[in-house]
Amino acid sequence: MIRVELVKMLRRPRTWVTIAMLNALPTLVAILLAVTDVGPRSGTGPAFLSAVLTDGTLYPLAALAIVLPLFLPVAVAMMAGEAVAGEAQAGTLRYLLVRPVGRTRLLVAKLISIVMFVLLTVVIVAVLGYVVGMLLLGDGDSSGLVSGVSGTSLTGTQIAQRTMMAVAYVTLSMLGVAALALLLSTFTDSALGAALGALAFLIASTLLLTLDAAAALQPYLPTRYWLAFVDLFRDPILWRDLVRGLLLQGVYLVVFLGAAWANFTSKDITS
Amino acid sequence: MIKTRGLTKRFGALTAVDGLDLDVREGDVYGFLGANGSGKTTTVRMLLGLVLATSGDIEVDGEVMPGAAARVLPRVGALVEGPAAYGHLSGRTNLMLLDASGGGSSRSTRKRRVGEALERVGLSAVGRRPVRAYSLGMRQRLGLAAALLREPRLLVLDEPTNGLDPQGIREIRELLLALNARGTTVFLSSHLLAEVEQLCTRVGVLDRGRLVMQDELATVRAPTGRVVVRTPDADQVAGVIGRGVVHRDSDVVVVEGLDAPTLNAELVKAGLRVSELGPERRTLEQVVLEAAERAGSTGVLR
Repeated sequence: MIRVELVKMLRRPRTWVTIAMLNALPTLVAILLAVTDVGPRSGTGPAFLSAVLTDGTLYPLAALAIVLPLFLPVAVAMMAGEAVAGEAQAGTLRYLLVRPVGRTRLLVAKLISIVMFVLLTVVIVAVLGYVVGMLLLGDGDSSGLVSGVSGTSLTGTQIAQRTMMAVAYVTLSMLGVAALALLLSTFTDSALGAALGALAFLIASTLLLTLDAAAALQPYLPTRYWLAFVDLFRDPILWRDLVRGLLLQGVYLVVFLGAAWANFTSKDITS
Repeated sequence: MIKTRGLTKRFGALTAVDGLDLDVREGDVYGFLGANGSGKTTTVRMLLGLVLATSGDIEVDGEVMPGAAARVLPRVGALVEGPAAYGHLSGRTNLMLLDASGGGSSRSTRKRRVGEALERVGLSAVGRRPVRAYSLGMRQRLGLAAALLREPRLLVLDEPTNGLDPQGIREIRELLLALNARGTTVFLSSHLLAEVEQLCTRVGVLDRGRLVMQDELATVRAPTGRVVVRTPDADQVAGVIGRGVVHRDSDVVVVEGLDAPTLNAELVKAGLRVSELGPERRTLEQVVLEAAERAGSTGVLR
């Protein structure tokens, strides 16, 4: 079933259109930076963006930081919102279930296919970011040493390793949104409704993060630790927020997926 | 093959299916008749474990549903409320994916089985065209092909000839009869009396969620013992027969108490013209309407 879900995901034109659109913005930003050579003042704009002007190898991270706060969650919410509701809308859900595919199995296969989609997307963003960064912004330091966020130098191998860790972290950061959209997807036959519901939750979370009065809530908001992947490029790595981010996503995953399971396995399929 | 006891489904205050005792035997072509909204589809969905019953028991192929769904459903082919497929993929790819979705089917025979199923429903020449470019009739055929993929022992078909032209309806009817002859039990829900009359060996009639009739078609349609005479000389015929006439129209006389040969001889002796003479059989329509009337229904069947 997992294999079938992956095939379905990869053969859908929408998947590739989404990935292409996700890559458009970082590429545009790279072109603008290369042409104008005007970087954001340090401390403003997405992380890493001020660093990439001198070193293109950091551009994958800047690209991730550009898509992470909005584009990526939108894509994830769309995919996950569609997962069950889309099949219900198309009528294919009933045929899958009488095939028979166990309901729990279907739900897990859908989640895995969404996670694979995120991973695929993030990897493509990173790879394309690297290519674009090297081509347009250049390999700044011929010594092979690159300065990390802390100012100390990281070797090329270290950068590669930590970029892979960042890719993994960003992928796992999307678990909470994915599980929520999947939960909503089991409640409604409207794929769009489920996607928008999950997005509303994220927007609320982002908004509360800027509100001082919500300080007590902030450690538990799903978007709180999203940009913590920047900490991977400190020397030594600052694990505190990364670990908290992963734990938090784990909790959201368990709660939302559990609710999705409880609802989906006891539900009348009337679509 | 299918047995339900007191099967009931309520959606809130609405009782969609009410105390259903279905009995479909192995080898039957069972016609499940009912007007739109009478609860046919809900029943079909409960048989397949899609909708969970409020109360009552279901047994399909000797096992309890929906508990044994994982074991029972691989032996069942189903078409529920119209076909469905992924529009951007070809019919063949759709079937390959569907077959690969669940367990219990061999990967090595998949390609052959998909090819055979497509051939059986007359879709083998469609090629790589995506399903979104299919006509309604072609989609219906694809849905049937999906139901046939794994040589099911039981076919549960909800309105299988929907959207097909007369030629297509005949082909599907012949296909179903051929499958039945090879031992497949067919449970067919329909609101089309003619379809059921031509195809089925047993009928059940659903009216507002209740089963108002369930019997062999042959029994239902057995001769009533009366004789129907169609004649341009209705008045004279009625005069000759006298007290045996139970019903007359301008050109039809229905006679009771005399068998057809005797009646024929008498009319010939009297020199009366007869265009048609034969034992009366009730149509399925009459039977269904009577059963529905007994149940106090206003539901309309075509």
